[in-house]
Amino acid sequence: MKRRTLLASGAGAATMAMLGLPARAQEKTKVGFVFVGPIGDGGWTFEHNNGRLAVEAAFGDAVETVYAENVPEGPDAERVMTQMALGGADLIFTTSFGYMEPTLNVAAKFPNVKFEHATGYMRADNVSTYSARFYEGRAVQGHIAGNLTKSNKIGYIGSFPIPEVIRGINSAFIHARKVNPDVEFKIVWAFTWFDPAKEADAAKVLIEQGCDVVLQHTDSTAPQAAAQAAGNVYTFGQASDMGEYAPMPRVSSIIDNWAPYYVERTKAVMDGTWTSVDTWDGIGRGMVGIGEISDAVPADVKASAEALRDSIASGAYHPFTGPLNKQDGSAWLADGEVADDGTLAGLGFYVEGIEGDIPS
Amino acid sequence: MDFSSINPILLLASLMVAATPIILAAAGELIVERAGVLNLGVEGMMITGAITGFIATVTTGSPWIGFAAAAVGGAGLSLLFGFLTQFLLSNQVATGLALTLFGLGLSALLGQGYNGIKAPEFPKIDIPVISDIPVLGPILCSHDPMVYVGLGLIAGIWYFLKYSRAGLVLRAVGENHEAAHALGYHVIRIRILAIMFGGACAGLGGAYISLVRVPQWTDGMTAGAGWIALAIVVFASWRPWRLLIGAYLFGGVTVLQLNLQAAGIAIPVEYLAMSPYIATILVLVLMSAGRAPGSLGKIFHASR
Repeated sequence: MKRRTLLASGAGAATMAMLGLPARAQEKTKVGFVFVGPIGDGGWTFEHNNGRLAVEAAFGDAVETVYAENVPEGPDAERVMTQMALGGADLIFTTSFGYMEPTLNVAAKFPNVKFEHATGYMRADNVSTYSARFYEGRAVQGHIAGNLTKSNKIGYIGSFPIPEVIRGINSAFIHARKVNPDVEFKIVWAFTWFDPAKEADAAKVLIEQGCDVVLQHTDSTAPQAAAQAAGNVYTFGQASDMGEYAPMPRVSSIIDNWAPYYVERTKAVMDGTWTSVDTWDGIGRGMVGIGEISDAVPADVKASAEALRDSIASGAYHPFTGPLNKQDGSAWLADGEVADDGTLAGLGFYVEGIEGDIPS
Repeated sequence: MDFSSINPILLLASLMVAATPIILAAAGELIVERAGVLNLGVEGMMITGAITGFIATVTTGSPWIGFAAAAVGGAGLSLLFGFLTQFLLSNQVATGLALTLFGLGLSALLGQGYNGIKAPEFPKIDIPVISDIPVLGPILCSHDPMVYVGLGLIAGIWYFLKYSRAGLVLRAVGENHEAAHALGYHVIRIRILAIMFGGACAGLGGAYISLVRVPQWTDGMTAGAGWIALAIVVFASWRPWRLLIGAYLFGGVTVLQLNLQAAGIAIPVEYLAMSPYIATILVLVLMSAGRAPGSLGKIFHASR
């Protein structure tokens, strides 16, 4: 319904423009996207691009989208954003943590352009931030992984030691330990979001060292392929469903669903109601999806994992609920206490039981 | 904190696998540079080889045909570079960089619809008897054939440059193209052949990543391996066996640092990750910029 009225008003505006009448909205709204990987990565950037396509589908001729792939995090990103802003973009989504400072710098130069930075924590009058509570999905993964592992060694491929990734490791670990007290995590930092060869190497190393479940926080499907070659290793889809590796090795996944948010924010720019906000949605509002749990998972584990998912979605259960200690043994959350969003947003430590140091 | 979880045999075996794409691409670039041409498009040719090899393998079901197609794809793209630099006399550095960008775009275009498809498996050769030898067997003799192709290529290039007449001519063209021209050698033809050889080798290296090491197709999957290959050629000061050492060093450090991390050993990975680059700089300083071929990167035209 909404879409139809929108299209109708778009058509009306076009007619008015043709008649030479003064019309406000005859110009297309231009939406830019800055991507850290290629849109064909099958993971993170792939899903952001799906969000872009959803914006096009929702508004049709009323919007024009532009995007840049493989933009390195750093000064080059600033150049790309500046170019988009100069090119007439009204709204620019910058979709990686490392774009935080470039986004703020460029936003300061273009006060009339709206910016949306994914997974960051710094805002300005024309810069919003948005992220998804991936750690909710990680809790479900940890629950399944703790049940599935026979060697009690779970491998984890980290990208960069930033709060988002550390939250994921902690959340997965807490819930794996809950169902399997003997479980230990082997964490490898790849220091990249996307490098299939390196990700495959990392997965192989973890498998060689005895891990029979491998979790990844990098964007390509290479670890899935490595696990498949090994035969008896379980993995989870990251950012996208990666369903082509189901039912084995991929037993479930975290799916990022940005489409509703992108459509909503583009609409806000069109209506002139856009304001700077901080959005952090999870399973409950559909920004994080849990991919189909495959038949490789025993039925009782699948049922308990789905129950966990539903209790998180309804808000009945928070993945960071005390009692929890920090890695050094000091108290973090008391019994029944729930972590507040501020602490979670800047999380920089492991919980008790995880071995190893977070690289600086 | 325990080293015991690292299996040195598996470590050395995976080192050989990790080094192979770099060996293949760097070996080709070595010949190109010895002929006096600087082709910075290695990354572009690798990724083109990766996708053409992947498409051919998925279509025909045979990894061997895939590797052949990868060599053809890489050589085809390098021919573009050859035409621009040798006949239209364009700047080699700029053309090479453009070739990389073009190759990345072209491969993403060709790869539409191949994301997430699995390639048929490339069987490993288990050499009977020898592969049963403890320690050495699993390290040296349980790999896929391309690992041996890479080693053979290095040996072949070494022999070619050192002992064959054609190798001598190629080196002459690279050292001083005007003198070689005066002696009656066809500089441009030799260089075009060298560029095509380099493209074919880069294509094989790319296909090794998409068919064996990962194995699947994702956009931009070579992720900088071509640039490392270029650095290794300089590191090796344009000599084949040193190139092998350089590639094993890079491959070894990559695999070792992942192993150390997984074993929970607290060596800052940044130091390990930068060590091959430091080694390259050291080698360059010690050898005072190596012995680059005399005509490297210079444009040749018979009229001058």
